[in-house]
Amino acid sequence: MAYSDKVIDHYTNPRNVGTLDKSSHKVGTGLVGAPECGDVMRLQIQVDDNNIITDAKFKTFGCGSAIASSSLATEWLKGKSVDDAMKIDNMDIVEELALPPVKIHCSVLAEDAIKAAINDFRVKNGMEPIVLEKSHH
Amino acid sequence: MNIPIYLDNNATTPMDPRVLEAMLPYFNEKFGNAASRNHPFGWVAEEGVDYAREQVAKLIGASEKEIIFTSGATESDNLAIKGVFEMYKEKGNHIITAVTEHKAILDACKHVEKLGGKVTYLPVKEDGLVDLAVLEAAMTSETILVSIMYGNNEIGVIQPVKEIAAIAHKYGALFMTDATQAVGKIPVNVIADGIDLLALSAHKMYGPKGVGALYVRRKGPRVKVTAQMDGGGHERGMRSGTLNVPGIVGLGKACEIAGLEMESEAIRLSTLRNKLEGALTVLEESYVNGNVNYRLPHVANISFKYVEGEGLMMAMKDLAVSSGSACTSASLEPSYVLKSLGLSDDLAHSSIRFGLGRFTTEEEVDYAIEVTKKSVTHLRELSPLWEMFKEGIDLDSIEWAEH
Repeated sequence: MAYSDKVIDHYTNPRNVGTLDKSSHKVGTGLVGAPECGDVMRLQIQVDDNNIITDAKFKTFGCGSAIASSSLATEWLKGKSVDDAMKIDNMDIVEELALPPVKIHCSVLAEDAIKAAINDFRVKNGMEPIVLEKSHH
Repeated sequence: MNIPIYLDNNATTPMDPRVLEAMLPYFNEKFGNAASRNHPFGWVAEEGVDYAREQVAKLIGASEKEIIFTSGATESDNLAIKGVFEMYKEKGNHIITAVTEHKAILDACKHVEKLGGKVTYLPVKEDGLVDLAVLEAAMTSETILVSIMYGNNEIGVIQPVKEIAAIAHKYGALFMTDATQAVGKIPVNVIADGIDLLALSAHKMYGPKGVGALYVRRKGPRVKVTAQMDGGGHERGMRSGTLNVPGIVGLGKACEIAGLEMESEAIRLSTLRNKLEGALTVLEESYVNGNVNYRLPHVANISFKYVEGEGLMMAMKDLAVSSGSACTSASLEPSYVLKSLGLSDDLAHSSIRFGLGRFTTEEEVDYAIEVTKKSVTHLRELSPLWEMFKEGIDLDSIEWAEH
């Protein structure tokens, strides 16, 4: 199976690899997936006082598409408000990276990671977590 | 050195130029049908086939009358399993095989089950070998066939074929072996090993695709299989269909070359394989899968913990290898062979199979070592699991959301 140029680009030059201080109340961390399933994503956001995401980092254990999906997600998150970040849909990632059907679960995982990071940030700051629809991957 | 480097010789092998040369005349000037008995065109083709039959037989210690040409090992496996079941079902309806067999055997056995047969799928030990005591305990008076592969395609382990054959015979059953990965790589002898049926394929030993053979013993005992295709009654009535003369000539030549070069080639390949394996297991948290003492000389299957196999293969794009990760399959299930060794799913997802071959050079192996090391290190820097491992977090203590 051939990868799209965009997947190869993100895979070869992943944006925003790294770790933020997960103990900081300005940082939300989402850890999704499972080693048994062959992919685990950790996505972190740093949020300023205006609810804007100023930084995003990721680390991913998984195939090229999983790495590319999370790299793209961090790129999209930077500069967005938390509310807008919540609206990122996995199908946007599928479209941008031209993921084939067997790789759609990678984009779902990235969306889950974004939402998990936002909820972690909300809970840390005394807000209710947003109830998520059970994802279906 | 040409990039990418081919290290997937368990999937298929490039054809040896000497094989191609032997085949070429049979595509045009010697085009005859080997079954045409009444003119020289047929005779010439038949001569080519007869000679190839001798070459194949010689490599496995058989007589040429015991070689049935087929389209490859999948067909040979099907013919053996289904053909024995049909031929001997009055005698008994039980077949024993193992969980690490190739799909061609497993799915043929599933077919037999639909026809009312009973099949026992033996587990394997952690090193991939069949436990002889477990095999013997599974034998019954109804057992007509034991089918255990010679060398495994994913991890390369070599089963104790001779001992397995002895157990099968003790209970009056036949012994079949899928020797696709072993023939031409290590000495295989149907007499010494006590093999009654054996499947082999040309393209795994530097011959062409689309041709293989089934060895069917003629003496002590005389084994018969029911044909699975109706037609002109070729191949002693066991496999109808016009013979693939160029392919068969190529298979014969491939067997001849393998017979002549196997001994020195096995030493060369195992030296290269050991070099590769030694260099890569220096990396932290890397593990060799399968028994390392009873193993084909050219295979190394290594799990690099905390990196995912498909992602790793993408990083090692200069190397053509394969992985036990099944990230591309809809089921997301990793290799059933690795899982049957008791490997956890995450280690199975992290495995890479290196398959060296006749045309692999030391320079290529050195390059493969460098690329693999660099890629594993790079992907570990990207891996949250590696970071957690380095921080001393027990990954089993985390409640993962299974998806």
